[in-house]
Amino acid sequence: MKVVRGCALVFLSLVGMAAIAPEWWTRARYDTQFRDRPDAPPSRAFPLGTDALGRDRWARLWYGTRISLTLAPAAALVSCAAAALAGGGAGWMGGFLDGALQTASDLFLSLPWFFLLLMVRAFLPLNAAPLASIALTFALLGALGWAAPARVVCAAVRRIKTSEFFFQAQAAGCRAARVLWRQLLPNVAPVLWAQFWVAVPAYILAEATLGMLGLGIAEPLPSWGGMLRELEGAPSFRQWWLFAPAVLLAAVVTSLQAILSRKEDSV
Amino acid sequence: MKQFFYLLKLAHNGLAGRGHFAQVSQSFDAAPGGLCALLLFAGLAGGADLRFALHGEPKTLDPYLAADESADAVRYLTEGVLIRINRLTRQADPELAESWKIEKGGARIVLRLRTGVKFPNGAAFTSADVVESFHRLLDPALHAPVADSFKTDKGAVQIQAQGPAAVSVEFPAPVAGIERMFDEVAMIRAGATQQPEPGLGPFLIAERKPGVSILLKRNPMYWKRDSDGSPLPKVDDIRLDIEENRDLELLRFRRGEIQLIDKLSPELYEKLAADSPGAAVDAGPTTDVEFLWFNQSKRAPLGAPSREWFASTAFRQAVSEAINRADLCRVAYRGHASAASGPVSPSNKLWFNSAVKPPAFDPGLAIKRLESAGFHLSSGTLRDSRGQAVEFSLITNAGSKTRERMAAMIQADLARIGIKVNVVTLDFPSLIERITRTLDYEACLLGLVDIGEDPKEWMNVLLSSASNHPWNPAEKSPETAWEAEIDRLMLAQAASADTRERKKDFDRVQEILREQAPVIYLLHPNALAAVSPRAKGVKVSPFLPHTFWDAERLRIPGS
Repeated sequence: MKVVRGCALVFLSLVGMAAIAPEWWTRARYDTQFRDRPDAPPSRAFPLGTDALGRDRWARLWYGTRISLTLAPAAALVSCAAAALAGGGAGWMGGFLDGALQTASDLFLSLPWFFLLLMVRAFLPLNAAPLASIALTFALLGALGWAAPARVVCAAVRRIKTSEFFFQAQAAGCRAARVLWRQLLPNVAPVLWAQFWVAVPAYILAEATLGMLGLGIAEPLPSWGGMLRELEGAPSFRQWWLFAPAVLLAAVVTSLQAILSRKEDSV
Repeated sequence: MKQFFYLLKLAHNGLAGRGHFAQVSQSFDAAPGGLCALLLFAGLAGGADLRFALHGEPKTLDPYLAADESADAVRYLTEGVLIRINRLTRQADPELAESWKIEKGGARIVLRLRTGVKFPNGAAFTSADVVESFHRLLDPALHAPVADSFKTDKGAVQIQAQGPAAVSVEFPAPVAGIERMFDEVAMIRAGATQQPEPGLGPFLIAERKPGVSILLKRNPMYWKRDSDGSPLPKVDDIRLDIEENRDLELLRFRRGEIQLIDKLSPELYEKLAADSPGAAVDAGPTTDVEFLWFNQSKRAPLGAPSREWFASTAFRQAVSEAINRADLCRVAYRGHASAASGPVSPSNKLWFNSAVKPPAFDPGLAIKRLESAGFHLSSGTLRDSRGQAVEFSLITNAGSKTRERMAAMIQADLARIGIKVNVVTLDFPSLIERITRTLDYEACLLGLVDIGEDPKEWMNVLLSSASNHPWNPAEKSPETAWEAEIDRLMLAQAASADTRERKKDFDRVQEILREQAPVIYLLHPNALAAVSPRAKGVKVSPFLPHTFWDAERLRIPGS
């Protein structure tokens, strides 16, 4: 397994490095339209061909990777921070707060988040810059995704509160702040870390779903979701280049899962 | 014209794949594989002669309430009308009325009914049925969409039986093209207690499985005979499968499970043409039109700069000249569209003003025009006289690939003259909410489909007082001189029965729209269809329904 995880790490590092600054090494910008060459097959100039508007699919793939791989972890960070505050607070205080958290998280988990996203997106200002709009989309994903990790964190805090080392610290006269800082946080951190890694691929896929419906990232910015829309017409495998974003998405998510499995093992 | 809202919905349906169903139809991933397999299996079962798909469940089977494409198709196949507009020749063909006479300068039409026609229950078709049909159609409580054409502000339409085989329909004032108004008015039996009751069309509804299919059987009492005297229709039954997913529809066509497809998207057409060139048919430009407009309503919550830009004719003309229509047709529609000079398509030969040409693509001229109007280019950004960078949002409906591509191309074209466009795709209800109620938008890219040919079809859109006047809805009085002139010309042509005078007036309307560019007309998509080699006698028309408009004459040899 170590080899698999190592490969996953190397792969993710390579993808990350390639996506940091695609403008330095791709031949065309993501929005340049070569209108005399729409739907061109792969060539030296366009390694993955061009899309329906004649845009370099290779360049768009890497620009899209930068967006998806930057914002999905950011959204995961938002949801984990919210989960830490809500779940940690409820687990620590117990009683009414604990019950309130359970009710609120049940409510959030039962919400049709997809329609909620559509609704919220319809209320966004129309003239928001594309980057602001995608940041907001991912922020919403993050804000809506706190409930499940909050329950896990809450359960972890409750478990720690009944553990022997916790009682021992209290019996030794440690103040609450010290117990929190020295006993609780170090033991909850792996749980949060695992939740973070679970959320990243989930948000990448959520953006891809929105993109498939044309409600993802606005033109002309590329994203994996937007590029996956090219697969809607069920192209034949002879057009293998159309599957590149799907393959990259699957490879990144699998790599993240491989790394995650180690984190979960450690928890 | 039918309700603008309905047309917008159709526009969305036609190009985005079933309106609010677009999210479903576009996401084949959302359709579980098992369900797809089940649908395909269901398609294989049964033995209908002719099969094709409806792209959504008909909302109603009541012929007077049909307001969606699927319900229209069922009505077309199952109901009889007095006069039918031939989809190929565009002539008014006698159907249940074997002849007619226009009187009082176009205010009255006397229809002589065909004798010997019987309803499926054996009852004879008489003038009493026609009178009853119109009474039901015009019943205010019914809110029949087709009834709008028969309503005037000068009084009610009078329908009177002139004996058992003749009926007169009289309007309070002359009506242009009066004989062309009966194409969608189904004739029902007087005394029918429930709707829909089997009608006078070539087929009868034999079975309906909601969400799955509608089976139509030959009407044994159908009156029409072929030129050789043989009975019509030629096929015994038609199965209409409800199939929202256009990719799946094409797959089923390739497997031979369905024989006709109406309104193919350019991508699917190209795919089919590559595999089976004989099956893909491009019938030429439709009357549909794709366009964009700027919000000029004073009630709109817009900032002062954008309000001033949009009110400037020079600005609108410059935007129009900076958009490369030829590229839109070639790239977004794969060559299956033609550049638009105005609202009327060249396929509408009678009313198209051939003197009005589409604006030539010329960014240089656009910049000069903008500079003469006080704008200036600064570091690649267009700024107005106050130094404000010109930027606006362009909304369109999510799920329509062609429209999203057009938006991206317009965005790139306008970037060349320094205008920043933010493309925003919205789900259809949100888009409608913005363009009809809140007016909270700057520019909108949309289209109209299945537009009737007569200029009166545009009254609901072009009159400044119309609530569906896109750029400035429901004006109390025309806010500009040219809008006042359009109002005058449109009312004049609607009140005249003289085709030459009407043409002159409507030509001038098209010229004004070209000069003032309140709406930037972009292109007219072609009618793309698929016809199986098994289906004989199919003549594809650029007008809806493209493939089955003479369904009674279609044949499937060996079925």
